[in-house]
Amino acid sequence: MDGGVVPTLAPALVSVEDLTVRFVTRDSTAHAVNGVTFSVRPGEVLCILGESGSGKSVTLRALMRLLPPGKTRISGSITVDGQDVLALNPAALRRLRGGLVSMIFQEPMTALDPVYTIGDQIAETVMRHKGVSKTVALARALELLELVKIPSAASRLNNYPHELSGGLRQRAMIAMALSCGPRLLLADEPTTALDATVQIQVLILLRKLQKEMGMGTIFVTHDLGVASEIADRIAVMYAGRVVEEGPVADVLANPLHPYTRGLMASTVHGQDRSRDIDAIPGSPPDLRQLPPGCAFAPRCSLAAGECLSAVPEPRFPAPGRMARCVRLGVPAFA
Amino acid sequence: MAMIDPDRGGPAQPLLIARDLRKHFKVKGGAPGAVVRAVDGVSFNVFKGETLGVVGESGCGKSTLARLLLHLIEPDGGELVFDGDPVGEIRGISVNALRRQVQMVFQDSSSSLNPRMPVRDSIAFGPYVHGKTKAEAGRIARDVLVKVGLKPDLFGPRYPHELSGGQKQRINIARALAIEPRMVILDEAVSALDKSVEAQVLNLLRALKENFNLTYLFISHDLSVVRYISDRVLVMYLGAVVELGPVQDIFSRPKHPYTTALLASRPSMDPARRIEEPPITGDPPSPINPPSGCRFRTRCPHAEAVCAQTQPVLGAWNDQDSHIAACHMQVPESGHSLAIRTH
Repeated sequence: MDGGVVPTLAPALVSVEDLTVRFVTRDSTAHAVNGVTFSVRPGEVLCILGESGSGKSVTLRALMRLLPPGKTRISGSITVDGQDVLALNPAALRRLRGGLVSMIFQEPMTALDPVYTIGDQIAETVMRHKGVSKTVALARALELLELVKIPSAASRLNNYPHELSGGLRQRAMIAMALSCGPRLLLADEPTTALDATVQIQVLILLRKLQKEMGMGTIFVTHDLGVASEIADRIAVMYAGRVVEEGPVADVLANPLHPYTRGLMASTVHGQDRSRDIDAIPGSPPDLRQLPPGCAFAPRCSLAAGECLSAVPEPRFPAPGRMARCVRLGVPAFA
Repeated sequence: MAMIDPDRGGPAQPLLIARDLRKHFKVKGGAPGAVVRAVDGVSFNVFKGETLGVVGESGCGKSTLARLLLHLIEPDGGELVFDGDPVGEIRGISVNALRRQVQMVFQDSSSSLNPRMPVRDSIAFGPYVHGKTKAEAGRIARDVLVKVGLKPDLFGPRYPHELSGGQKQRINIARALAIEPRMVILDEAVSALDKSVEAQVLNLLRALKENFNLTYLFISHDLSVVRYISDRVLVMYLGAVVELGPVQDIFSRPKHPYTTALLASRPSMDPARRIEEPPITGDPPSPINPPSGCRFRTRCPHAEAVCAQTQPVLGAWNDQDSHIAACHMQVPESGHSLAIRTH
């Protein structure tokens, strides 16, 4: 682990070192994640921010070994609460999933089982991990629905997923994820599919539950606004690498990497209506044919010869800050 | 094909007038008579050369509205007037003639392109159907590809799967422009794009509007994008218009409590000033049996007895500067304790 990034206040709950994920097919190999290193302390919220194809969701799925084993090549190391996730056998993996670590997804409709009631689905998880009776598990399910503020929770236990609105479905999925008191919550764009007035409700709920339960959380999003509402730290990913990392307020106030700066400038937020938006030119690289140097160099206005020859090593210009850019100006506070 | 004078009605004539548009969908397997009131009496004007933004949450009817405007879905009631000509009436213009002048760009850039056709053929298809020869249509396709920033020789022969999401959306815009429309309906046209690409496409849309004297109806759930691109904004809730006005008025002095809540629900973008309490609670109710009276009253912090009894009316607009809201608090003597006073 890079000592410069994470001050060693508490032992890390999650540490990921040099994680690489490739998807191999007969015709080509997609380099989805290319040497990702980060750690999360207990009770901390890390937001992984990136656009589609940046490797943010693949990184998250690798943490729970949810990627299809046949065509995925994973290397590096993933440690969660002292367990080497990449070495776990199937039985240990089942105990980990939903117990120590649980996950919420973008689309509750596809993540929930359509033919079981909400109550049964939550109770099944509780029975499996805690070994309690169905009656006890259903009572726990009711507590959980109340915890996530589902109105008239008792009658909702008997509802099927299609009978709930989008916001309630997402709350039900959160209830299920929290049912066994996980120490680590993985959230993959859980508010992206929700309407604006519902998104903020779910974000505030998640933030509150995360604090109360002291869960470490990795929250994947493409939305700077969502990250600013929930993150303690941000890791910005581009083409399968973390290009910048730091405390959320510092990164948003003073982005170091040209990609982070470009992303902030191109996010529409109160810009002058009479001017064009400062868009990043071009499009993200093909993950099957990554350039040998900095993957952002072809779109970067600051790119120079040295950017094209080798992947930039992480630099640590300030405590807690990291950026992979060779053109990093020396900041005043460094 | 008869030559159409490009500006029949003159500058003061709204390009499009929608009056009391209605579309109710029957609910399959639902209670007898159960209907989704997707669009329930929507009226507005689109003035020449402006961008009218339409915002609202899912299920508010904004996409159904877009489809009604082009008769992609047959309306149950109401009328459309395009540049002074009633649409689909004997003394007016036909639906086909309307579609020659109004084009649409959809959210899903892949499913709106034919996967078995090189994109230049998809673009040329419109002009060809509307009466150009194949050779002319091909030339038009090359021209519009240049206009949307794609090299015709490089991108024209490609199939949709060989293009990125942003490039596909440029193709869809090119296809819409190929028959030289006067108005383009953009239904969540940038919503599926990554932020860095979204910004490029928004810049392109602005430039095209300027260069080709277009009028836009810009539908989006993203308030920041709507604020950036629109001149006026129409806010929908459960199939009805709740507020309409110039963009700066809507964003700085919203009149309807729903608009206020929508604006307050936007993330702060500042970790030091996070939103602590949700501006409103609950989900939008089902449009199958919308609440009586004001549809927003079940989530409204100011709801009173009058709100359940009578449906507030949007009121009349005079011109592009009118700022109106369908709320009893905006109507003197409405019976609401917070109603504005006339004197």
